[in-house]
Amino acid sequence: MSNPQQLRYSKEHEWLSAADDGVSTVGITEHAANALGDVVYVQLPEVGDTVTAGETCGELESTKSVSDLYSPVSGEVVEANQDVVDDPSLVNSAPFEGGWLFKVRVSEEPKDLLSADEYTEFSGN
Amino acid sequence: MSNPRLTALDALHRSLGATMTDFAGWDMPLRYGSERDEHNAVRTKAGLFDLSHMGEITVTGPQAADFLDFSLVGNIGGVAVGRARYTMICQEDGGILDDLIVYRLGDTEYMVVANAGNAQIVLDALTDRAEGFDAEVRDDRDAYALIAVQGPESPGILKSLTDADLDGLKYYAGLPGTVAGVPALIARTGYTGEDGFELFVEPQYAEKLWQALTEAGAPVGLVPAGLSCRDTLRLEAGMPLYGHELTTALTPFDAGLGRVVKFEKTTNDGRFVGREALEAAADRAESSPPRKLVGLIAEGRRVPRAGFPVVADGKVIGEVTSGAPSPTLGKPIAIAYVDAAHAAPGASGVGVDIRGAHEPYEVVALPFYKRQK
Repeated sequence: MSNPQQLRYSKEHEWLSAADDGVSTVGITEHAANALGDVVYVQLPEVGDTVTAGETCGELESTKSVSDLYSPVSGEVVEANQDVVDDPSLVNSAPFEGGWLFKVRVSEEPKDLLSADEYTEFSGN
Repeated sequence: MSNPRLTALDALHRSLGATMTDFAGWDMPLRYGSERDEHNAVRTKAGLFDLSHMGEITVTGPQAADFLDFSLVGNIGGVAVGRARYTMICQEDGGILDDLIVYRLGDTEYMVVANAGNAQIVLDALTDRAEGFDAEVRDDRDAYALIAVQGPESPGILKSLTDADLDGLKYYAGLPGTVAGVPALIARTGYTGEDGFELFVEPQYAEKLWQALTEAGAPVGLVPAGLSCRDTLRLEAGMPLYGHELTTALTPFDAGLGRVVKFEKTTNDGRFVGREALEAAADRAESSPPRKLVGLIAEGRRVPRAGFPVVADGKVIGEVTSGAPSPTLGKPIAIAYVDAAHAAPGASGVGVDIRGAHEPYEVVALPFYKRQK
């Protein structure tokens, strides 16, 4: 498993892309997806919702459990990934690509996001 | 917290990359890859399970049958040699201590298989109840590793490794034999809703047997399978799980399993532990039907979990005991106790309260899945 170098990571196991025109993409890491098991249901924030860094903004349901989805940044949601709502297994099969969760116009970014190397060390893989 | 116990196959699970989990004090494989793929492999091909955490207790002696008739609710003396029976051990007050499978290995020899989490409780209860009987209760938990091969391809896989007469081995029967050169008790039992076998062997042979089954099964799609898919398989098959559908707070009659209680025993003048309470429970169930165990199928995609309230007309009418996404049905399913008035298949207006949202559910009879024979 390798964590893409160009992304940044939260300690709640979300990844965040570099802001493009102020908009970043959010997903969960492969480490988190593996820990959850097969994801069967995804509830995402809606377009127009305001999310706050470190706070719950949705949920991920797997065979055995339900987990809160936290936002790694604050801002306004501009897009939710309908593909992953329709096929939650994308979170497992392509966590850094087709399994992205939502896009957010970033208003504030916490200072403690991790680099890929820092996250690899933090998560153990 | 003490260290979890390891099965004889622990190193093998780790070499296969299993995600391990603590289960009843044992470190057990939860899944090796995708639990959904493992589930589907067992339904369509075959899966290989390490069930060494199950608790084996051997009962021997001239009065072994009388003793088990007294200690358990079933008619154990009536089990033929080589056959097995699903039964329960109850408290004096009728509450279920555990559900068990009892194999009759000989005229005066039985093996009782208890759930991992209850093995000590069952062992203690049997030891207490043996007083006055010419029977010996032996803790054989460390004497066996247990490997299960389950799924439609399992008879073919096993046949390639044994001379034992598998065609003559009926469901719920067991015979001693040799599999891949390993002495084993070969039982046609399981907890998946599929045809399959459970192989009780000395722990020293477990790895050899696992490898032989893996090789023999590879061409027909056998995969190692963990506890996660075991739970969804048994849930689809409508099989109760101790701690969920069965507890000390329920008698077999409250759990809809009154049929396992046999009052017409000929041994011990008909006496057995819990008899009076169970007779009362049977009368109660007759006069005012208790909550009934039913199946629920979700219309949406949110998954009901154990403990979630079942609701209708704004009132709580029951409780989910087990729930999971069903790989076979492609929808979330649950087993729940619901008031008799709402228990009929197709009952209208039934929902599950999932974190505050009332999700609609269809009431169905159990099981959700039955294999084609």
